[in-house]
Amino acid sequence: MCLAVPGKVIEIKDSVGIVDFNGIKREVRLDLVDVIIGDYVIVHTGFAIEKMDEREALESLEIWKELLKAQEDF
Amino acid sequence: MDLYKDRNASDTLIRKISEISKDLGEIKLCHVCGTHEHVITHYGIRALLPENIQVVSGPGCPVCVTTQGEIEAAVKVAEKGAIVTTYGDMIRVPSKRSLSDAKASGLDIRLVYSINDSINLAISNPNKKIVHFAIGFETTCPTTAVAVLNSPDNFFVLSAHRVVPPAMDLLLSSGKINLSGFIDPGHVSTIIGTKPYEPISKKFHVPQVICGFEPNDVLMGIYLLVKQIKEKRAEVENEYVRGVRTEGNTKAQKLMEKVFEPCDIRWRGFPVIPESGLSLKSEFSNKDAYKEFNIEIEDIPEEKGCSCPEVLRAEKIPSECPLFGNICTPQSPRGPCMVSREGACYISFKYEKSFR
Repeated sequence: MCLAVPGKVIEIKDSVGIVDFNGIKREVRLDLVDVIIGDYVIVHTGFAIEKMDEREALESLEIWKELLKAQEDF
Repeated sequence: MDLYKDRNASDTLIRKISEISKDLGEIKLCHVCGTHEHVITHYGIRALLPENIQVVSGPGCPVCVTTQGEIEAAVKVAEKGAIVTTYGDMIRVPSKRSLSDAKASGLDIRLVYSINDSINLAISNPNKKIVHFAIGFETTCPTTAVAVLNSPDNFFVLSAHRVVPPAMDLLLSSGKINLSGFIDPGHVSTIIGTKPYEPISKKFHVPQVICGFEPNDVLMGIYLLVKQIKEKRAEVENEYVRGVRTEGNTKAQKLMEKVFEPCDIRWRGFPVIPESGLSLKSEFSNKDAYKEFNIEIEDIPEEKGCSCPEVLRAEKIPSECPLFGNICTPQSPRGPCMVSREGACYISFKYEKSFR
């Protein structure tokens, strides 16, 4: 039910956008986010519920970098 | 991103989990999200974990925790001439009168992908009343708030929305299960952020990690939980930073606060959980289907023999139900957990025998 999938905003008209999910394009309501064309969003039941933040995502990779370093150590 | 599914990274995580947990005794982790149950079972994560780590499923499926009384309310609304819309699996959930039986008897009950579809239905049917039977946790509630604020006069909401943290509190307060940590739901947290979970960690000294939905997200979450247990910490950590900000989606939160107020509500398998439901504020009573159709939620007892209540309270796993897989199957479900694609019984039946 809380399933949500990421996609890229390719068109915006008022509160509705067209989001590209790996080639499948769908209308998505943008009332819950502030986005511009090119942003990646997480979409749940036809609404974008969050913009995916690349900077924060990269910061999050810190724990993953640590993990990959550990992998090399084995 | 490939890293979140990478098998070598999985192996490293599993090794790290095994090392850190080997002297920690029995560890029971609970998630509260149907999508997490799907990922955990689909990828066979339980079978990869050390023997002393168990991951159980809690009340994480909105379809499953919606009561028969609420389903009956939706049927009554349809009987009064409205077109009722709702999400996928809700239609098939067994009840005193299920929505699919009601539909088969001629009532106008329709499945929608988005509440936006229901609004469009209201626009194209100005002479009919359209009622959206709104189920779902915090992930879905803001979309209903948008609909309440931007829809024609013939559109109404029958709210069965619920919020997750009070149910997590109740699980621990009940004292029936001894949980070592929570895998917190990713997309619920996208909306609410990390703060609403903190009182639970403080009150029960239990660690929590918000997790994403790739297999290595879940393994990383388990690793971070076990690490907290080892270090005797009880904090709320966020593994899913690419989808969850610390403060959550504040725009969505403001819309929810504008439209809804907390109410006490029973969950399937649970008693009344204080302030765990969301009802429309009185200023939006012109959108409230309970008021428009003068309907109250009946108290209907659960079916005997079905263990969905215990499964939802993380007290049983699906295979411990006497009906599981013989009397109760996805083709002929007896309880909601076998209906919903996010129900623990459905997922267990579909994918595995490695549940333990």
